[in-house]
Amino acid sequence: MTTTGPSRFSENDQQLTDATYDELREIAARYPQGRSGLLPMLHLVQSVEGKVTPEGIQACAEILDISPAEVSGVATFYTMYKRRPVGDYHVGVCTNTLCAVMGGDLIFERLKEHLEVGNDETTPDGKVSLEHIECNAACDFAPVMMVNWEFMDNQTPESAVRLVDDLRAGNEVHSTRGPRLCTWREAERVLAGFPDDRADEGPSAGPASLAGVQIARTMGWTAPSVEASTSRAESETSVATETSEERASDRAASSDQAEEGKS
Amino acid sequence: MTDMLTPVLTANWGTDRSWTLEAYEAQGGYAALPKALKMKQDDVITAVKDSGLRGRGGAGFPTGMKWSFIPQDNPNPKYLVVNADESEPGTCKDIPLMMASPHTLVEGVIISSYAIRANHAFIYVRGEVLHVVRRLQRAVQEAYAAGHLGKNIHGSGYDLDLVIHAGAGAYICGEETALLDSLEGRRGQPRLRPPFPAVAGLYASPTVINNVESIASVPSIIDKGADWFASMGTEKSKGYVIYSLSGHVKTPGQYEAPLGITLRELIDLGGGMRAGHELKFWTPGGSSTPLLTAEQLDMPLDYEAVGAAGSMLGTRALQIFDETTCVVRAVLRWTEFYKHESCGKCTPCREGTWWLVQVLTRLEKGQGSEEDLDVLLDQCENILGRSFCALGDGATSPISSSIQHFRDEYLAHLTHGGCPFDPAASTAFAQEGALA
Repeated sequence: MTTTGPSRFSENDQQLTDATYDELREIAARYPQGRSGLLPMLHLVQSVEGKVTPEGIQACAEILDISPAEVSGVATFYTMYKRRPVGDYHVGVCTNTLCAVMGGDLIFERLKEHLEVGNDETTPDGKVSLEHIECNAACDFAPVMMVNWEFMDNQTPESAVRLVDDLRAGNEVHSTRGPRLCTWREAERVLAGFPDDRADEGPSAGPASLAGVQIARTMGWTAPSVEASTSRAESETSVATETSEERASDRAASSDQAEEGKS
Repeated sequence: MTDMLTPVLTANWGTDRSWTLEAYEAQGGYAALPKALKMKQDDVITAVKDSGLRGRGGAGFPTGMKWSFIPQDNPNPKYLVVNADESEPGTCKDIPLMMASPHTLVEGVIISSYAIRANHAFIYVRGEVLHVVRRLQRAVQEAYAAGHLGKNIHGSGYDLDLVIHAGAGAYICGEETALLDSLEGRRGQPRLRPPFPAVAGLYASPTVINNVESIASVPSIIDKGADWFASMGTEKSKGYVIYSLSGHVKTPGQYEAPLGITLRELIDLGGGMRAGHELKFWTPGGSSTPLLTAEQLDMPLDYEAVGAAGSMLGTRALQIFDETTCVVRAVLRWTEFYKHESCGKCTPCREGTWWLVQVLTRLEKGQGSEEDLDVLLDQCENILGRSFCALGDGATSPISSSIQHFRDEYLAHLTHGGCPFDPAASTAFAQEGALA
């Protein structure tokens, strides 16, 4: 893959070191079959090179004994793998329906104006890359933004502008229910399976996650005690089990729409 | 009478450093593990069957039944894979669970792997949740150090290795066979079934794939008994589940209750709709489950009742929209999502979602004609049931259900020459009164 004009992967500017090769092999060795390591290996390539480079693709292919085309095929399938350099802070604004309706669309518009970049572009100082993202599983905190894949909950256009200004000024920023933000490359290293020291930072949960459990505490509501449940359940369980077995055989006979089909 | 909310999985989320082994054990965690290791494997499977636990990832297949499909005479290794790729729009329960109490999941993984005789398990977590990945990594380290994982766990002779595997951004990988291809280091595209993963899953070996909440429910079943679990819920939908309330309610959040609570009860618990507004439409289990309206406020939210109402319980992702929301805009955005996430393997989904976006965009701009609604429904018919996996089917749900309930609103876009709604009015930061 040469780089005359814009190529799918721009030219690498760094050499992968022996240490990186060793770590790539270490990832492959975690699995019964080495190729299972390819996704985390590509995360590691990004942490070292700031994007997926031809050199990184070559390294993965060599180690796994597959063709560079096969690695490219995987790298181009997943949205977290980037073909152009990503800034120190990847800023994602959820514009899937619920967040969009709750204000995500307005936030995204404001940030494009403020940063003077379009979707999937990086500010000239290399600090911030802006992208609109799909549902990030935090709908009870809508509208949601992610910075380097850390939650920034309950945003407004104004808070979003303050956030990116802080990032560009180099101020320390914390996730609203997580740790101090690291750089995008450092985040990619954790995703490759090399933990940093921040697991203990931040709270257990954000306020919305605790909404139900706090009402239960106030009201004195709990799951039944084992004793209270025994007498009632004995009379009911046998019936229920038979029914679910019937259902199960019906379903297995037709087509198993994977239990986890849509999680 | 069971209490309205029954926190089990969420009970420890607010406690100090709840993600640590120390805190988890202090509130009774890892009590079920030694109990399970003293049981015969088949008895663990029977307990889960007897509990009535059904898959919490969407389709509600009985979990114990799934485990019993693993052919134990197959000479290949057995695998457990946890589907932690929570990406269905509206679904937001597994991520806070793994952030606040990763050990609940890890304990469930160990017991479940023991039951199906797997010596290798994987948690496939979506990559876009960095801190969740950290907490899982730490929990696994702690569990190894405590002897809960590794060789000869607590002298039982049982060995288990657990790998935390981060994905890289692809909704389709929540589909269980696409997840397996992805976990094998390939593009995440679904596989033809049969063979089912129970027979030929990861590395063509017998594999159980379960959702996070399903596996996390297992320790409580072993610890407190199948009867205890089955004492909650409705006749065919047993146990407790997490309901995720989002959108135009005063207090969105996670509410853990027995199956069968109603949306009216949940909205009341969430402080009601935001002031001065009323419910317009909602999803019972994510964007792939057909939209419902205020007519179903008193319907029990269990597998049977929601199915009978023409939708699906799905992941209990209750996205609530009030009358300020344009349903056409909402549906167009979901449709753009499905188009973006279609893996490209099969023609009905790849091409069909593209055409759906074209027609919907035209309608949303107030262009086109009433006949476009029939075109849309015709396109949906050609995708539903003709796609390779459930993604294509799911893409049609919001469209056909919204045309059924809100046909007039589509037509209003045509007569108005565009969207008649003010998008600012539906935002969380809209000024009270500015909407009147």
